[in-house]
Amino acid sequence: MAFLHLPILIIVLYAFTTEDRTYQFPPPGLTVAWFAKAFARSDMWAALSLSLQVAAVATLIALVLGTMVAAAMYRFQFLGKDLIAALLILPIALPGILTGIALLTTFKRLAIEPGFWTIVVGHATFCIVTVYNNVVARFRRTGYSQVEASMDLGADYFKTWRFVVLPSIATALLAGGMLSFALSFDEVIVTTFTAADQKTLPIWFLSELFRPRERPITNVVALFVMLITFLPIVLAQWLTRDTDDLHGGGKTT
Amino acid sequence: MVATKPLRRRISDLFYLRPSFLLLLLLTPPLLWMGIIYLGSLFNLLLYSFYSLNDFTGQVEYRFSLTAFKQLFSSPANIDVVLRTTLMALAVTLLCALIGFPIAYYIAFYTRGASRTFWYLMVLLPLWSSYLVKVYAGRLILAQEGVVSWLFNLLGLGGLLEAILNIPVIGGSSLSSSYLGMATVFVYVWLPYMILPVIASLERVPRSLIQASADLGAKPRQTFWKVIWPLAIPGVAAGSIFTFSLTLGDYIIPQVVGQPGFFIGQMVYIQQGTAGNLPLAAAFSVVPIGIIALYLIFMRRLGAFDAL
Repeated sequence: MAFLHLPILIIVLYAFTTEDRTYQFPPPGLTVAWFAKAFARSDMWAALSLSLQVAAVATLIALVLGTMVAAAMYRFQFLGKDLIAALLILPIALPGILTGIALLTTFKRLAIEPGFWTIVVGHATFCIVTVYNNVVARFRRTGYSQVEASMDLGADYFKTWRFVVLPSIATALLAGGMLSFALSFDEVIVTTFTAADQKTLPIWFLSELFRPRERPITNVVALFVMLITFLPIVLAQWLTRDTDDLHGGGKTT
Repeated sequence: MVATKPLRRRISDLFYLRPSFLLLLLLTPPLLWMGIIYLGSLFNLLLYSFYSLNDFTGQVEYRFSLTAFKQLFSSPANIDVVLRTTLMALAVTLLCALIGFPIAYYIAFYTRGASRTFWYLMVLLPLWSSYLVKVYAGRLILAQEGVVSWLFNLLGLGGLLEAILNIPVIGGSSLSSSYLGMATVFVYVWLPYMILPVIASLERVPRSLIQASADLGAKPRQTFWKVIWPLAIPGVAAGSIFTFSLTLGDYIIPQVVGQPGFFIGQMVYIQQGTAGNLPLAAAFSVVPIGIIALYLIFMRRLGAFDAL
């Protein structure tokens, strides 16, 4: 198990090393200078800001579409239901590279310039299933009788949605949203194909990896990336703690 | 009378009286997105693999042609790429199963209550930390002057590491530039994907069966091979789908750690980018679909789909 955890801890240590050319271990000395240097890099901040924007918009789209399909799948029986479930899972079941190159060929054919929105489209596609999984699990637990009771008491669909359904799925929405946000924030493979020269934080990080100088800046940013990915997921787990399993399924690709 | 109802009420009534209308309304946007944007793109990818590049203009010619596939399969270097990637995916899957199974076995059979929660978290936490950071951590640790060689030297085993790195094929100038190192990083990053489904399948093994087996005089080893293992196979198969397919499509790890030999993912990346040959990139990306399809057919026989 140490095999699974030590590497992450080592990253933390390396963010403080005084050695800037090699990955010498143990570090010859410790310093916090790299934090200041990393924070002074404007390209890092630009990448961070792009990542946050993409993740926010992609999560929003995934929340709306994922909740709609979850409501439909829970409420109704219809032909092709299993097919839809399979279709939703496909983007995370197949290697991410396929989603990436498939979207790229389509953008090329339609003569769409890669940019902010093409990245968002790619991310939203694999985030929908995360929201769907969380929301549909909550729907199954809540039961439809509450909705029927609300309507029997004279509320219309909109009122029922606002005062009965929404409060009961609120934490599931939040959890699904958090997971989507983390997934999108961490995504590299799909992004490399759907972005032109825009750099999200992971892409910026990857390009920094191959620069021999100022390596500890990479370590500092790694620490950063990890925290931003990690915290929403932990929060999501906490939000769904005694309800149902967290449906993060197939993270990364 | 009907006309005086507020619009909102009328829409609500419509939903109530015609549920299929509501269904249509709910399903259309997500299905349009997944069906047109995603499936459409996959279909378009397939089409692209049957296009070719005009030699003079360098533009894609939108006419049916098998050029890309011919290019792919006529070059021994490309065949090497496919073989290398597939072998690595198989090796990583095997290693994940070998390392992951005992851990899953321990968690499923020897932990209770709080200690189980603890172990679960220990498996889940790495899954939640950033993928790229994990890959980077792997490179950092395996580097020539990194933690692993420091540890080997500390234990006076520097010579052993040297000997391992001298083995042809898996060795290299340092761990971070060898196939061994690459496989280590792959295993490190995918291992939780193997452990979790195996735990799930082991938890479903009825304890009474194990007791019955012991009562009937089976030795622990016999109980394991005749009772527990057959029931755990679907879990291992399910985990192997993840590790296999993830390795097959990854292009970051081969780029950051390991030997310079290309992997399928890198070929897709290079062909669409610097080489500008989108049809060939598409053909390359169709290959893992084929391999995964074959793999799934094989795994289905082992009952992997019941354990997902």
